[in-house]
Amino acid sequence: MTGKGSPKAGAKGSASRPKSSSSAGSAKSSKSAKGKPKPSAGKKEEAAPPASECAPPEDIFPLVLTSKTQELFQCRADEDLTQENPYKLLRKEDILLDIKTRGVVSDFQPFKQLVLDYPEEEILLVYDRDFKYGNNFYLVGSEEKKEQILHPPEASTQEEEEEAQEAPYKPPESKIWISLGSEVEIEDESVKDHRQKICFKISRIRREFGAPVKFSDHSAVKEKENYAECPSYPDKTFNIKQMEKNAGIQAIPMLVEASTQTKWKYPKNACTQYSAQEFSDEEKQKLFTSKSLKDFINSVSIRFEIALQQNEIMNAFIDDWKVLGEEESSFGGKSDTHLKEYQSFTDLHFSKNKAVSFVNWHPSIPGIIAVAVTEKYSFEERINFSAKLLLTHALILIWSFSDPIHPQLLLECPDDVYCFEFCPSDPSIIVGGCMNGQIALWDISPHMERLQSTRTGGGKHAPAKATSLPGFEDPHANDTPVMRYCAVSSIEGGHKAPVTDVQWLPDYYEVSRLGTPVENSSGMCLQIMTCSPDCTVFIWDVRTPKAPLTQMTDRKKAEEKRLDILHEIPDTFKHLDLTWKPLIKVALPKLDGGGEYSPMKFSLVDSHRDTWMHGSVDKFHPKTEKLEGGIDYATLRVPSAKNLKGQSDVSTKFSLGTEDGELVYADWKMEKDNDTGKLSSSKPSNCFVIHDGLLNTVQRSPFLKDIVLTVGGWTFAIWKEDIMSGPLLQSCCSQKRCTVGHWSISRPGVFFIGKEDGSIDIWDLLEKTHEPSQTQNICTAPITCIKPWIMSSRQHLLAVSDEQGTVYILEIPWTIRHPSNNEKTSVSNYFEREVKHLEYFEARKLFREKEKREMEADEQKRKTEAVPPEKTTEQLEMERKTEYEEYLEMEKKILIQVGILQEAEEPLPAV
Amino acid sequence: MSEIEETLKRIQSHKGVVGTIVVNAQGIPIRTTLDNSTTLQYTALLRQITILARGTVRDIDPQNDLTFLRMRSKKHEVMVGVDKDFLFVVVQAPSE
Repeated sequence: MTGKGSPKAGAKGSASRPKSSSSAGSAKSSKSAKGKPKPSAGKKEEAAPPASECAPPEDIFPLVLTSKTQELFQCRADEDLTQENPYKLLRKEDILLDIKTRGVVSDFQPFKQLVLDYPEEEILLVYDRDFKYGNNFYLVGSEEKKEQILHPPEASTQEEEEEAQEAPYKPPESKIWISLGSEVEIEDESVKDHRQKICFKISRIRREFGAPVKFSDHSAVKEKENYAECPSYPDKTFNIKQMEKNAGIQAIPMLVEASTQTKWKYPKNACTQYSAQEFSDEEKQKLFTSKSLKDFINSVSIRFEIALQQNEIMNAFIDDWKVLGEEESSFGGKSDTHLKEYQSFTDLHFSKNKAVSFVNWHPSIPGIIAVAVTEKYSFEERINFSAKLLLTHALILIWSFSDPIHPQLLLECPDDVYCFEFCPSDPSIIVGGCMNGQIALWDISPHMERLQSTRTGGGKHAPAKATSLPGFEDPHANDTPVMRYCAVSSIEGGHKAPVTDVQWLPDYYEVSRLGTPVENSSGMCLQIMTCSPDCTVFIWDVRTPKAPLTQMTDRKKAEEKRLDILHEIPDTFKHLDLTWKPLIKVALPKLDGGGEYSPMKFSLVDSHRDTWMHGSVDKFHPKTEKLEGGIDYATLRVPSAKNLKGQSDVSTKFSLGTEDGELVYADWKMEKDNDTGKLSSSKPSNCFVIHDGLLNTVQRSPFLKDIVLTVGGWTFAIWKEDIMSGPLLQSCCSQKRCTVGHWSISRPGVFFIGKEDGSIDIWDLLEKTHEPSQTQNICTAPITCIKPWIMSSRQHLLAVSDEQGTVYILEIPWTIRHPSNNEKTSVSNYFEREVKHLEYFEARKLFREKEKREMEADEQKRKTEAVPPEKTTEQLEMERKTEYEEYLEMEKKILIQVGILQEAEEPLPAV
Repeated sequence: MSEIEETLKRIQSHKGVVGTIVVNAQGIPIRTTLDNSTTLQYTALLRQITILARGTVRDIDPQNDLTFLRMRSKKHEVMVGVDKDFLFVVVQAPSE
């Protein structure tokens, strides 16, 4: 029944096919597996759209047949019953029998009732290969169904067969047109003529045909006839409401510019004044006695004492490293230790073959140096050449660094000047001491400008040239100006021997007529102290004396002298000229015996000279406001002694060196002698003879006020003023005479000694004290003056003059000018050690004397004592033997003690 | 009272001491060896710095308190002993 099989499948619809195939596919798998796909297959079957395939119809009963049952009934799957032939008619009786025999095990057991009720004899069993109804077999329970299954498929196959055949061709029959309403549209669209057509007939004469045609341009626009135009015009009635508007929107930040005007507040100075709160005295007392303060002080004072003590002991914040470093830096760096020559001044005209007696730096203008030149004649020669000497003037030359050939200024002196000084408070005043015992005053203020301008090196003689007319030129315009002294002292009243030292007294005190130091109200240096080997020391005052005696005669002399002035001289000191007498005369009687000391140089204890000299130009402060007005010395008067206040803290002592090589400590203070009413000075306190020639230098150290350097003869010595036993240091005799000495102004332990052979010894007390640390030869002539000066912190200069009229300016190298750390303290310590040394020396001297005396006494005693009796030789031998035996015993004992020799040994044989 | 005087004198006579000042809590000097203007200046300035120093110490450790303040400058050393009610100021120049 192949036909049945396939149509059946087709009748049931193709939709079922995939599902049945899936159920058939799993038919051979185990029953349990069947269970899973089965319900799904069953569901699919139930969900299938064909109405015929719902739940198994009523008469279809799916059942499972085991293989045993299949064998029994010969309906084995795929063998008896296949896909194409799935039907098997089973006899009712067989089924019932099977049910009876196998009972519950029989597969037909559930359908027992159905089988019993079945009318026919045979039941159809269908092999449900595709598990259509859930099991692999099903029973058809009703006859109709059986018939339906077996038979109806034949009818459907028939139908299909018919359809499969080609249908005979039938031409299409025309049918009646049914209008659907489209004629109206068609009618609308079709084009029909509404109006009758107009007919035109155009004719033309025959001859015009073919005639030549002439074309020409014709503008269509020009004549309005050729065209018709419909210009547009705004229709006033036209009004459309704009219903739609196209607008674009952009979002941007709003930019707003705004400004405000503030109220301008200006700064205003405001201040408050207050006074600090203070306690009244009673309140203070009350508080002071309160207990709380007492407790506080007690508790706090301990800490304070500790702290104070700590500070006293040492400075905790010293940077040792830095301090150490400074010393090192100066050690190996600068190798140059010689004095380098910087410049030298000599004038062929004025200073040739003359000796320079004194050199001085200008205190305020750097680079100006004043040099005094003198003739080198001895006394006899002077007498012989006196006529010649009268004609030539003695001069002080003022040199400037900018011009080493021409001196800037010449100062005319009455006679050879041996010493001169600038006034510390007014550097245009110079005082000089001359060979004839006079002292002279110069005022160089008219030339100060010139000197200052030449220092800068500009326009030497240019101003002169510019202002002079041709033909009227002064032939001497380019010469060095000569300036005469403005005043000299009176010849009778002054010194009788050459003035060898002149110094200004400091400006903080002055000497009254009574010879006592008093307060100096003016603050200027107005007094001068001079000394001369005529055994006198004078104190002069530049002011007009209170009661000028013998005015008339002196004045006349002055006027006469005034007549033969060639050059203008300032009349600063007109009041003094030739009438000048010393204020005070100090006599110097000798300590022992008669006679007087003849001083050569002196050094005041309270002296202005050293303090300002060792400073540089910057430190010097001249009193400018007075200078500008011009000090009118004429109007100044020596104040009356009564009005002045005494100054007790000023020391009036001074030390001076004499012609005989002595150093004398004296006091210039005058005391009123009660008996005679005269003023007289006290006797000098001390005198030391050390040097073997006249003392040419007595100078205080610029750093330590009581150390004095004296140079004379072949030696020099250093003294401490309070020590009266002797010099602290005395040099050994040098080969050549020492002609001059000077302390260094930058280093406390260094000084320079000039020699007769033109060499300079540089002594450094901290380095060597037995010989100079350095010697340098400058020139061939003996050195007459040494003056150091500080130009700037980098340049220290030394002016050295010789007896041949030349002044050498040397530069002091770093090693000599730079002080080491704490040099001053080291030097002062050194001097203290020397002092102690001296003291010790004195003490030892006394001790030695005592000892010597004692020794002498002893000797004396011994001589007077009786001589003891002599011993005989036998006695002596006996004594010696016993001594030796004792010694042996002792030796034995010691050796036993030490352990070298052991007891119970044979004693050593006696030697 | 003489005790206080003695102590003050002893401190004043130490080497290098320039001056001593005893100040109360409000900064009003009670006893001084310096002149008036200097005293007032010192008390005003030192009080401020003592308050600052004390604040510092107490900020670090609130249980702590300032007892002594030493300020060393190139020329002098200023020492301030601090108490609840008083200040004691000593100015000393170092011994070199």
